[in-house]
Amino acid sequence: MTPSFPPEFCVLFLGIILLLADSFFPKLEKRTLAYSAIGWLAVFFAATFFFHPSPLWPAPNGFYETDSLALFFKRFALAATIFTLIAAVEYAPVVERAIPGSVPGAGLGEFYILPIFTCAGLMWMVSAADFVMIFCALELVTISFYIQVAYMRRSMPSLEAGTKYLILGALSTGFLVYGVAWIFGVTGQTSLPGISLVLGMVPLASHTALLFGLGLVLVALGFKVAAVPFQFWVPDVYQGAPTPVAAFLSVGSKAAGFVVLMRVIEPFLSLPVLEAKIVPALVFLAGLTLLYGNLAAMPQTNLKRLLGYSSIAHAGYLLVGVASVGDPGAGRAVVFYLLGYLLMTFLAFLVLVPVAKAAGGDDISHFNGLARRAPGLAFSMLVAMLSLAGLPFTVGFLGKFFIFVAAMHQQMYALVAIGVVTVACGFYYYLKVVRAMYWQPSPDDAPPVEVSPLARFAIAFLTALILILGVYPGSVLKFLP
Amino acid sequence: MSPLLFLILVPLAAAAFVMAGANARLTALAGSALNLIFVLILLAFYRTGNGGGYQYVSSFPVVPDMGISFTLGADGLSLVMLLLCALVTLAAVAVARTPEKNPRWFYACLLFISAGGIGAFASIDLFFFYMFHELALIPTFLLIGIWGSGDRQAAAWKATIYLALGSFVLLLGLIGLYLIQPDGMRTFDLREIIGLADAGLLPEASWVYLLLLVGFGILVSLFPFHTWAPQAYASAPAPAAMLHAGVLKKFGLYGLIRIAVPVFPNAVLEFSNLLLVLLVGNILYVGYVTISQRKLDWMLGYSSVMHMGYIFLGFAALNTLSLTGASLMLFAHGLSIAALFALCGEIRERTGTLDFAELGGFAKPMPAFGLIFGFAAFAAIGLPGFVGFAGELLVFFGAFVGGDLLMGVSPEGKEIFQLNSYQVATICAVWGVVISAVYMLRAYRRIFFGPLNDRWAGLKEISGSARVAIVALIVVMLVTGFLPGLLIKLIESASI
Repeated sequence: MTPSFPPEFCVLFLGIILLLADSFFPKLEKRTLAYSAIGWLAVFFAATFFFHPSPLWPAPNGFYETDSLALFFKRFALAATIFTLIAAVEYAPVVERAIPGSVPGAGLGEFYILPIFTCAGLMWMVSAADFVMIFCALELVTISFYIQVAYMRRSMPSLEAGTKYLILGALSTGFLVYGVAWIFGVTGQTSLPGISLVLGMVPLASHTALLFGLGLVLVALGFKVAAVPFQFWVPDVYQGAPTPVAAFLSVGSKAAGFVVLMRVIEPFLSLPVLEAKIVPALVFLAGLTLLYGNLAAMPQTNLKRLLGYSSIAHAGYLLVGVASVGDPGAGRAVVFYLLGYLLMTFLAFLVLVPVAKAAGGDDISHFNGLARRAPGLAFSMLVAMLSLAGLPFTVGFLGKFFIFVAAMHQQMYALVAIGVVTVACGFYYYLKVVRAMYWQPSPDDAPPVEVSPLARFAIAFLTALILILGVYPGSVLKFLP
Repeated sequence: MSPLLFLILVPLAAAAFVMAGANARLTALAGSALNLIFVLILLAFYRTGNGGGYQYVSSFPVVPDMGISFTLGADGLSLVMLLLCALVTLAAVAVARTPEKNPRWFYACLLFISAGGIGAFASIDLFFFYMFHELALIPTFLLIGIWGSGDRQAAAWKATIYLALGSFVLLLGLIGLYLIQPDGMRTFDLREIIGLADAGLLPEASWVYLLLLVGFGILVSLFPFHTWAPQAYASAPAPAAMLHAGVLKKFGLYGLIRIAVPVFPNAVLEFSNLLLVLLVGNILYVGYVTISQRKLDWMLGYSSVMHMGYIFLGFAALNTLSLTGASLMLFAHGLSIAALFALCGEIRERTGTLDFAELGGFAKPMPAFGLIFGFAAFAAIGLPGFVGFAGELLVFFGAFVGGDLLMGVSPEGKEIFQLNSYQVATICAVWGVVISAVYMLRAYRRIFFGPLNDRWAGLKEISGSARVAIVALIVVMLVTGFLPGLLIKLIESASI
């Protein structure tokens, strides 16, 4: 691979160019912006296989990590943004209805451009090896999300979601900064490599302060990955936010949060005294998240809300993987799970967008009889739901399998037992969607579901990938860090 | 490339053709007939000499660093199960009545269940063994939910959640089996695991055995984890009940015989008393529950749960004789319950009710139906002449006399009657045969004898493909019943 500058710059540059193009050429078809963004992001995605940011750039002092984990998640962020934009094009008519505009398509430009900035933030975030850098990247992501969540100005749920996300996001930022301050106070370092160097020299008396600081950071990250008890914003925000944004939030924000979580706790785990405190806390969080996410998802009738709770539940399985971090396979298990999560969540949201647009709502009952109205879409949704539930021959099963292997290897039997019970709960609520599509009759006045060719291609692609990776994960495992 | 792969792909390809618009019923029939012919060819070319062992082996690494590979292969026992699966699939498709709504999905679901069963029985790699079984879960959910009868939604939910839970417990057991292997040698290949166990490299981890027992137990409806089964089978359309009760439910016992016997013989003995209590629960408790049923579909559902008790007894006694008997019973019970569910579906099709109180006197308008039902019922009870008898006999002998006494020396009478726990369980099991005779004959009397209600005067005789299929199942049971050596030779060549 050829060394080069970080790919985030390209993404940022693309965002600025498109923003300028949007303001200087107001007659430009907004959809063109989206398609060119998708095209360029795809080019950047392909370029990551040939160009690699030089380890000596931009600063050799541990600000910026260029390891394979970072590289993998840069691709992850690019892919997530591409799928978000595809869903956004599909979702555009709903947004147009909900924002006041004199010209058709007014205000749609930023709807397509803001995710690009979020993408740049996510890409910085997974490379960040310094708390200052983590903070900056996180803020870029979060602030661009504030706007996107509340994008539909005339829709009360969207505004409510935006307010909730703003307040809780600001709160979690506060936790993060306060925690970083404590850690800095004890170690005199903000960079993670620096912290791991001096950690051994920290006197035992300061360990409480260190743990307090780390605890605050964990709280902040808990908000980002939607771990219980910091999850309460999730269902409302998912339900209220524009659907593509909810998908982006649940995949991109969560994945970057987990990467940062793994990076942050890594130096602390090298000290057995601290490890003995951190791992039980993670186990506790994981157990709680599993139980809450899965149990609360069971009575849901709105699919977006259901996917919100399911996103909490999946954070639980991922936390099980993070808590088993001592196992050599745990890191790979978490990364593989996140990859599977990307595929199946975007597939579910990509099917949801046209179905909800046609049926006029995103309740599970709006999927009634979909198998008769649109057999292809119903089959894709079936695959997405089965993969989320963890049925074999899908990527979701292998993700859970790897996580359970790691957790059992670390002898976390209680956590695994909770995991198995909650998987059974998961079957219930994911199969509710299958039941609606296949068992229930179609309402008589149901309009036909229309899908654009690009979205159709993305849906078919994701469906195929879920099934292929579910049978033969070897093809992607070698790309994992 | 193993010819077994072909066996798995044929039903999947047939399902794809059905979904793509080919004639659903004909395609499904052709696919399952083709599969049966292939299994027979494989049986004919299987070499039983030199201890048999796995043949037609092919392997393809999937996750090499975790020892997961897609390994297919079959020995005598797997071939018997494959034969069962192919026979029941063909019979199920033959007796199926094309439903009015969504006939394509219906046949595709049936073919998917069949592919899952074949894949499971043809896999040597435990990971894929497990995965293939799960392939049947969703088709079953759809079959019961869309085309079922009675309280079908509740039945479908209960069975699906129960089976999903059971299969994840089983998954933990398999992960445990993987993790207790020495680091660096871990694999999911059953042959290598047995090799490790024989070399003494596996620790005695009875918790793994218990996880496997509970996981497989839920899938086989071991008492007290059986409550999903009768309801699901009562509500399922007849072909689905045939495939699930006849083939898929055997997966759990097959797995226990395959894995637990060679790998955890000591753990099986250690927990034998627990298992004996549970299997007596299956035989006696569920047996009496079966007697009290008032509807034929529920009665058959419970009876299929009850008969699992005998097979568990053969497994628990853990000697060559009882294990051979248990394997034989897997085959025998699969065929007999499939025939009975098919007949039950035929009655439901004609009358719309299966309540014993409303039926009666059917032998007059449908003598052939009565004769066929009688044969199937006798086969289920285990009358001599049917293969079930050979299986039960071997299980009872093996469990009562015990493995040590049988080998070589002919035991004295007083040596045999020591009344250990196996013998007590065997006595209960023999009483179970009486119980099954009671409920089967009662059902027979209530349906076919007695006064004929005027409502049923115009009932049509069983005919067409359903008649051929069920008679074929009975003929197979009779042939293998008179010549059980055919199957026993195969089973003995298996590497259990």
